[in-house]
Amino acid sequence: MADFLILALLAGLGVAIVSGPLGAFVVWRRLAYFGDTLAHSALLGIAAGLWLQVAPGPMVIVVCLLIALLLLALGRQQSLASDTLLGILSHSSLALGLVAMSLIPGARVNLEALLFGDLLAVTAAETLAIWLVSGLVLSLVYWLWTPLLAITVHEDLARVEGVRVGLVKTVQMLLLALVIAIGMKVVGVLLITSLLVIPAATARRFATRPEQMAILGSIAGSVAVCLGIAASWWWDTPMGPTIVLASGLLFIAALTRRQRS
Amino acid sequence: MSNLVSVRELCLSFAGRRVLEDVSLDLEAGQILTLIGPNGAGKTSLVRVILGLQKPDSGTLRFSHRLRIGYMPQKLHIDTTLPLTVAGFLALADRDSRRGRSVLERVEIAHLVDQPVTSLSGGETQRVLLARALLRQPELLVLDEPVQGVDITGQEALYRLIARIRNETGCAILMVSHDLHLVMAATDRVICLNRHVCCHGTPDVVSIDPAYTELFGVRTALYTHHHDHEHGLHGKVTPCSESTHGEHHHG
Repeated sequence: MADFLILALLAGLGVAIVSGPLGAFVVWRRLAYFGDTLAHSALLGIAAGLWLQVAPGPMVIVVCLLIALLLLALGRQQSLASDTLLGILSHSSLALGLVAMSLIPGARVNLEALLFGDLLAVTAAETLAIWLVSGLVLSLVYWLWTPLLAITVHEDLARVEGVRVGLVKTVQMLLLALVIAIGMKVVGVLLITSLLVIPAATARRFATRPEQMAILGSIAGSVAVCLGIAASWWWDTPMGPTIVLASGLLFIAALTRRQRS
Repeated sequence: MSNLVSVRELCLSFAGRRVLEDVSLDLEAGQILTLIGPNGAGKTSLVRVILGLQKPDSGTLRFSHRLRIGYMPQKLHIDTTLPLTVAGFLALADRDSRRGRSVLERVEIAHLVDQPVTSLSGGETQRVLLARALLRQPELLVLDEPVQGVDITGQEALYRLIARIRNETGCAILMVSHDLHLVMAATDRVICLNRHVCCHGTPDVVSIDPAYTELFGVRTALYTHHHDHEHGLHGKVTPCSESTHGEHHHG
């Protein structure tokens, strides 16, 4: 097997494994649209990185996190329905990112790679970075599992029981921003939420406990990455979209099974 | 007796609308205090202030010491995508599954331990919430509309259970209700709230207080059973909606 395929596989798996638990929270807390907004704002991060001539990776994380905190703050206002608010921010930040990038003099950007991922171009250093971030996110999720789940189930109840809700929520946003930053390379900003939502939804059909759903989500995501890379190699299709498609097909296959409660 | 909780001259507004006005109350150790009042009277807001979930605009809130508080929220909305059993729900407050099982036994639903929480009936959900509040071995139990979504016989059973928990553990209980006569047997004191404290005292005193009868109608307090309908002018039975309940008259 060619080296770049092995790197692609490793990078893809690094993202898929961490997407299981994070995706489960996205599904439970109905954050899919929220995740989309963050992903779109990642483009703005790339533009900012080019503008300031710093590495785009960390910039993406910073911008995603800023947008997430902005959303948390705006969400408290409750003067606008949250899906309206997200609709405004999601597409404005995508448009702003595209416009900003076109304005940067001399910048040559592979837009398609940003929007749909470019797994075949992933380097060894990037793969290592993906695994480091993935490991960091997984350990934080493991460490904060109970408070994260407690605020998902009932925020006020968790607060009365001593959970520092604001802090835990902020950490959750940070984790989501990190996963989006590494997932960008794999499927691009337009498809990244699918990597979070679809494996989790597939896992739901089989899970009877939250922990189970998180782990099964990682497995479903990993299987989709393997199938997607193989199929894209075989039929010469774009890798990112093919992985998402494989994930979608797995979900449809899981639909044939009756959901366990 | 010493006061566990003292609230003095509490004021709270949301967007310019006064929700609480100069509310004061005391809760003694081991006492059951019920807040009653119409919808929008500020009962839940007052509870949230006492729980530290909401900052008041002014007024003071004093506890005798750092209390262990058990809180039973009004409702539990869990997304059906979250596969969570009753045991898993309790584990969020205490990992020890033996303690989880023992509180379930105390609220008489030990058989539901492995059931998904999203499949429970209204009464079962309330008991699971009560169990979670009890897990903390509270000195103060705060129950926001504990009988919501529970049928009449279930309500009486639940109030009996609450009174028994107080007798067994000696914890103080602050609860919210919008129905006095069902709660009467289970409470020591009642505060009738309609943004401000209208009247307070033992349930039989409150039930004949003019401020209470003005708010809830004269006759409801005299009934010992609950009506799920009202009678029209000619004695025809008409369904009783939530908002008119408590003000109905027999024609």
